[in-house]
Amino acid sequence: MDIKITTPFTEEAARSLRAGDAVLISGTVYTARDAAHARLVALLEEGKPLPVELRDGIIYYVGPTPEKPGQVIGSAGPTTSYRMDAYTPQLIALGLRGMIGKGKRSPQVVESMKEHGAVYFGAIGGAAAFTAKTITQAEVVCYEDLGAEAIRKLTVKDFPATVIIDSTGGNLYESGVDSYLASVR
Amino acid sequence: MRELSTSVITDHIEEMCIRANNILPPDVAACIRKSREEEPWPAAKDTLDKLLINMDIAETQSMPLCQDTGMTCVFLEIGQDLHITGGDLYEAVHEGVRRGYSKGFLRKSVVGDPLNRKNTGDNTPALIHADIVPGDKLAVTVAPKGFGSENMSRLIMLPPSGGVQGVTDFVIDTVRQAGPNPCPPIVVGVGIGGSFDRVALLAKQALMRPLNRPHPDPYYRELEQTLLTRINELGIGPQGFGGKTTALGVSIETYPTHIAGLPVAVNISCHVTRHVQEVL
Repeated sequence: MDIKITTPFTEEAARSLRAGDAVLISGTVYTARDAAHARLVALLEEGKPLPVELRDGIIYYVGPTPEKPGQVIGSAGPTTSYRMDAYTPQLIALGLRGMIGKGKRSPQVVESMKEHGAVYFGAIGGAAAFTAKTITQAEVVCYEDLGAEAIRKLTVKDFPATVIIDSTGGNLYESGVDSYLASVR
Repeated sequence: MRELSTSVITDHIEEMCIRANNILPPDVAACIRKSREEEPWPAAKDTLDKLLINMDIAETQSMPLCQDTGMTCVFLEIGQDLHITGGDLYEAVHEGVRRGYSKGFLRKSVVGDPLNRKNTGDNTPALIHADIVPGDKLAVTVAPKGFGSENMSRLIMLPPSGGVQGVTDFVIDTVRQAGPNPCPPIVVGVGIGGSFDRVALLAKQALMRPLNRPHPDPYYRELEQTLLTRINELGIGPQGFGGKTTALGVSIETYPTHIAGLPVAVNISCHVTRHVQEVL
């Protein structure tokens, strides 16, 4: 049974999830990729405030295709998350609670998730038209010059995702493969 | 001598960019369907079902299958008896990409400089590979290539003593290391032979071969099958959540090489392995 997640995504809710849980996310998520992360972390290093509130927030690693007239957003599947790893621990320390992407994370990111209580969700890479259907509103909030990489505020309704890494370090990329291999031995 | 205007080439490339991004080639789509039927792991079946739904939405609603609409690889096979008129051929290709990515609402994913990284805003330049071939036709292949999988690709200059075992180990190791990152189920293009530069191109060309067309040489056909079996024993599965379907296919392309070398390149492509071809 899918677990419903709503934003703000509290530490308590985050810590209750386990790798492999199927979730449906509703509420606000912010988009950010490599270039936006670099700018956010540069602001932090200068001691300046961020243009978005990340406490108990969720970031979706996505650069959507342009929306056609009448569309909320174009195709919007996850990008590969490791490219954000260098920046992520600083955002988690600020209270970032959830990340949606695909692919492996660094040990530093996982340690930070365990310490602060954060969750890494996977959306289905390459199923971008499917995923876009759960996004009901989208607006660029900053870094418009980055185009597809601008930070967007998305409103999502029952966005389907899977817990890949939980706040105890449980990792579906390891447990899922192990379980499958055990089933065929 | 037969003449072909660059404006015709531009028009075709514009349309091919859009079609390639919205509709999966029939061989890849058929392979995903077949894998869904043969997948024993329930969670993996569920993921493959979602890929099939995505294909349906993308095609019926004219939306890109993936938000990464790629850097546009364009292969040109130019007949030596064809006269191309009306201007610069490569500029005609870039213009087709420019128009296709604008008109098709495709993502512009190209930066003009690898270190200074300013988006060119129109997905140009394309990556053009041109070959001169017999005849008076122009065969055009448009293959948008996403970088989630491109980034997981690798190249090695093995010693000849590495042999087929060395090649096999390198391919399997590359796929294992990539794990969930390149959006499995993947398609694996393998180049063997040639030189440092040529082997990478061979691997890319291998990805252009339909999945239902194995290598013509029985030796390499068997090696493709062996590699596919070994990869699907890794258990990575669709999206890396575990399962049988890690790869949809393995294609090998080879070229003669130097007595001192055994270059090997592995170009990984995701389940959205896109390419369309037209002969003009």
